[in-house]
Amino acid sequence: MGKVIVVTSGKGGVGKTTSSAALGAALAQNGDKVVVVDFDVGLRNLDLVMGAERRVVYDLVNVIQGEAKLTQALIRDKRLETLYLLPASQTRDKDNLTSEGVEKVIAALKKTFDWVICDSPAGIERGATLAMRHADIAIVVTNPEVSSVRDSDRIIGLLDSKTLRAENGERMEKHLLLTRYDPVRAQRGDMLKVDDVLEILSIPLLGIIPESMDVLRASNLGSPVTLADGKCAPAMAYFDAARRLNGETLPVNVPGERRGFFGKIFGRKAA
Amino acid sequence: MNLLRFFSRPPSAPAARERLQVLLAHERATVGDSDLVTKLRDEILAVIARHVQIDNDKVSVKMERGAKVSTLAVDIEIPLDAARKATRKKAA
Repeated sequence: MGKVIVVTSGKGGVGKTTSSAALGAALAQNGDKVVVVDFDVGLRNLDLVMGAERRVVYDLVNVIQGEAKLTQALIRDKRLETLYLLPASQTRDKDNLTSEGVEKVIAALKKTFDWVICDSPAGIERGATLAMRHADIAIVVTNPEVSSVRDSDRIIGLLDSKTLRAENGERMEKHLLLTRYDPVRAQRGDMLKVDDVLEILSIPLLGIIPESMDVLRASNLGSPVTLADGKCAPAMAYFDAARRLNGETLPVNVPGERRGFFGKIFGRKAA
Repeated sequence: MNLLRFFSRPPSAPAARERLQVLLAHERATVGDSDLVTKLRDEILAVIARHVQIDNDKVSVKMERGAKVSTLAVDIEIPLDAARKATRKKAA
């Protein structure tokens, strides 16, 4: 039986889709069988970030409504044999996602995949609650910025109350993925530090993804950043996060702690 | 000159951290809609409305959420003939 992960945040634009694609690819690069499911009905983007936008025939809503078989809707990645995508519908609205339908699809995916990664839409409406409903593990994507932290706190509350695990009295495993972290700004004291966010949200840290041009470049090319350039800083951070999901204990590398030339100049100002 | 100001600005992250801590302490304490201060405000206004006709423009409600305590200030202008108006309205 595979594990179901929800990638969620509350706030939009913090990097849920980028992280879903990068973590999914990182796990698949490790040999695991992975499917990434886009729950953002009406505003799908995972297909674009993964470079499969021209290969979408059927989608999640088609499968739920019985218009297509699950195997017909799954798109296999061209670069990685073990990575699959289940796209969201672009035209229909999210009311077409039924609770029973989602349950069936997730149950079927769990049987054939090691990891089922649900890319949640922003907000706390139906799409977001359905994406988290069947999860075993939640990855809360947060930017070091006040509105993102507040929304993450709200989402953590929902994860502890509205998910199946919570309703059955089980513990919901939650991890923080801090994205768009800018070490120079943090050093200067103009961005919340890793410890600040950890103290406020008090959930364990899965990884810190530095703000980087490489992420934008990868999405321009339609490739998860771990596939586009496996050696760049954000890709390495995602690889480490994937290893932690697999149960490995690794020290978290805070970007900018080994400061370069610029870090030294700006770093002093914060002290 | 602008560059100088840029470098001498005090860091803003501590303020962000403090604001979040106060805000989230409040938001976590309120489950769903059971916000105590909101409830108090609504009920206080309802009780007063039973006795005097309240002009909504003459009511000011101020709330201040602090780290340890919150304060609620309700300031209502009651005109001289308010009580009379309210009883007349009830009788009608």
